[in-house]
Amino acid sequence: MLRVMSARQGLLVCGFSALLLAGGLAYGADATDSAPAASAPDSGSAPVAAPGSVQAVMAMAAKVQQQQAADKKKKDEEERLKGFGSDWEEWEPDNSVADIASLQRGARDFAGYCRGCHSLKYVRYSRLAQDLQITPDQLQKYLLPAGAKASDYITSPMPAADALNWFGKVPPDLSLMARARGTGYLDRFLRTFYSDPSRATGANNLALAAVAMPDVLSNLEGVKVAVFRTENNQQVFDHFVQVAPGSLSPEEYQGTVRDLVNFLDYTGEPAQVHRRSLGVKVVLFLLVFTALTYLLKREYWKNIH
Amino acid sequence: MAIAVKPGDPSGPQNSSPSKGLKAWLFKRLPVEEFIETQATGYYAPKNFNIWYFFGFIAIVVLVMQLLTGIFLTMFYKPGEATAFDSVEFIMREVDYGWLIRYMHSTGASAFFLVVYLHMYRAMLYGSYRAPRELLWLFGMLVYLALMAEAFMGYVLPWGNMSYWAANVIVNIFGTIPVIGPTLVEWIRGDYGIADSTLNRFFALHVVAVPLALLLLVVLHLVALRRSGSNNPDGIEIKANLGPDGHPVDGIPFHPYYSVKDTFGISVFLVIFSCVVFFAPTMGGLLLEHANFEPTNIFSTPDPITPSWYFTPYYAILRAVPDQRMGALLMALSLLCLIALPWLDRSPVRSIRYKGPISKAFLALFTVSFLALMYLGLQEPTGIYVTLGRLATGGYFVFFLAMPFYSKLEAVKPVPDRVRFEAHA
Repeated sequence: MLRVMSARQGLLVCGFSALLLAGGLAYGADATDSAPAASAPDSGSAPVAAPGSVQAVMAMAAKVQQQQAADKKKKDEEERLKGFGSDWEEWEPDNSVADIASLQRGARDFAGYCRGCHSLKYVRYSRLAQDLQITPDQLQKYLLPAGAKASDYITSPMPAADALNWFGKVPPDLSLMARARGTGYLDRFLRTFYSDPSRATGANNLALAAVAMPDVLSNLEGVKVAVFRTENNQQVFDHFVQVAPGSLSPEEYQGTVRDLVNFLDYTGEPAQVHRRSLGVKVVLFLLVFTALTYLLKREYWKNIH
Repeated sequence: MAIAVKPGDPSGPQNSSPSKGLKAWLFKRLPVEEFIETQATGYYAPKNFNIWYFFGFIAIVVLVMQLLTGIFLTMFYKPGEATAFDSVEFIMREVDYGWLIRYMHSTGASAFFLVVYLHMYRAMLYGSYRAPRELLWLFGMLVYLALMAEAFMGYVLPWGNMSYWAANVIVNIFGTIPVIGPTLVEWIRGDYGIADSTLNRFFALHVVAVPLALLLLVVLHLVALRRSGSNNPDGIEIKANLGPDGHPVDGIPFHPYYSVKDTFGISVFLVIFSCVVFFAPTMGGLLLEHANFEPTNIFSTPDPITPSWYFTPYYAILRAVPDQRMGALLMALSLLCLIALPWLDRSPVRSIRYKGPISKAFLALFTVSFLALMYLGLQEPTGIYVTLGRLATGGYFVFFLAMPFYSKLEAVKPVPDRVRFEAHA
């Protein structure tokens, strides 16, 4: 998707120029204010930085910061080895349907990873394009399946009978899934797939036990196994261990899921962005109206004793 | 109206009446002026109404809003098992401002109950159900019962999974009636289960029969109010104190005084109402349940099945006893107690302001019990909630059943001759 790419590129360019600018400013500041300290790679060997001077304090602070960053990295690494996900029940996507770029990425990923099996039978491509600021050309090029019209509803090509045969159930329509189950549930569902050889699909899920759906995003996320502990003679989930990396880092994968959940949040109620913006205007008008009706009431009632 | 007046013209019912033009033509044929005179400008209401007296007027505005939004929804809604759910989503997505009309209607249902509950509580606070206003109270209770039927059947129409299962639970309550129960339930459903025929008849009742009954009852409620006049926070009759002009000394014409005051009340209500419609139309699943965004699935029961918040006090009473038939009986009794209120209260005074501490304590018990039942009806009936549900049910009934005794026996404060009123500073 052109717009998505351009948005991403734009962000990259922005970030890069910001870095350059910051670097340049820092360099300039160093060059003018603290030339001796800046020229010395190791502040300990810098002959000019007298103890107690500003330069010495700053150098010490920098060293502490460095140390802290290293500690954090080490801790993160240990955490990863130890496993993660013990707090999965609190995971929330923290998405926003006002973030059009995120919705566009979500639509792209939905078309790529979900539409093979899941429909959005209440959503038309044309409405999607309109709300997500996708041009007709982009829609034609990136989203519309061959032979489909822009006014068509988003359907899945998979025949229901085949799906029933393959998965034991027909993959549900996802138009209203975010409204029915909540965005938090969708986020947890897409992030708690784990390898389970006992399942026909080789995958299981914490949010939906014995899930029929295969782990279709594993090439992005990688493969993880779940470690359980025994509590009162019951198997309780303890943590995940990553056993194979995916093409995305954990943070990037989390972002991809957030975009998908955001997109499904939008498809659950396409009017919601318009609803909130109209609401602000209506309430502001009513507040003014209320003030006027109050004054009118006072005016009439001042004769009543 | 003064613009059209021809001074000294003797024709027409009043001196201020026009003799020519469309207005004169109309007034000669329709008693518009007499109607305004008797209903608004010549209807004297006590001047000491407080905030509790906004809710009756607001309820009428909400009723009109429900009728109007309902008409527009009916233009696109398609009753029937196969079409209902899809047509609601069509309204939400493809009808211009359909989402707004639908949210106004769904939020309006809850708003209706909220203002009606506050309106009823006002009557309980100030003894507005006491003689000579028993019939006024009875008509009001019938409005409330019709509203319950209307809300329940409207709730079934979107044909979501909660619609279907709630319909099962509610309709089956009638099955507990001895002898005729099972046949009655079949007659209500029009099938052996909640099905297409049930949905279609609920639609017919929801859009035609019950609204007509509601309108008739509201008119009767207002006519009865015109006969007895409004009660007030002091619970004294303003008609007992007439001025030289023949009007109550403590009364003021409904129009313009209460019409402008109620306009302000409506404005405040609309601000709150709009905040819900535009920013929290589902109220986190309280006004529109999550499970109702899935179409009816006869193989999958939502967990838990909860009624709408405005039914939960009665639902909690229903569940307070382990036996379903006893529970249903208790629920029916809880409504009967409310209906019988004018004959249970034997206090020499009307208003809580002049009742004794025992009455106040019992009213507090009722308030806490009712709110607790409302909360408990939304919770799973397990553990401490079962005990609390029974305690609250007990509190609810004790308030009503002990009322004939404590209200008659306790000492009351002296009632003033004139209403207490503080004018604007």
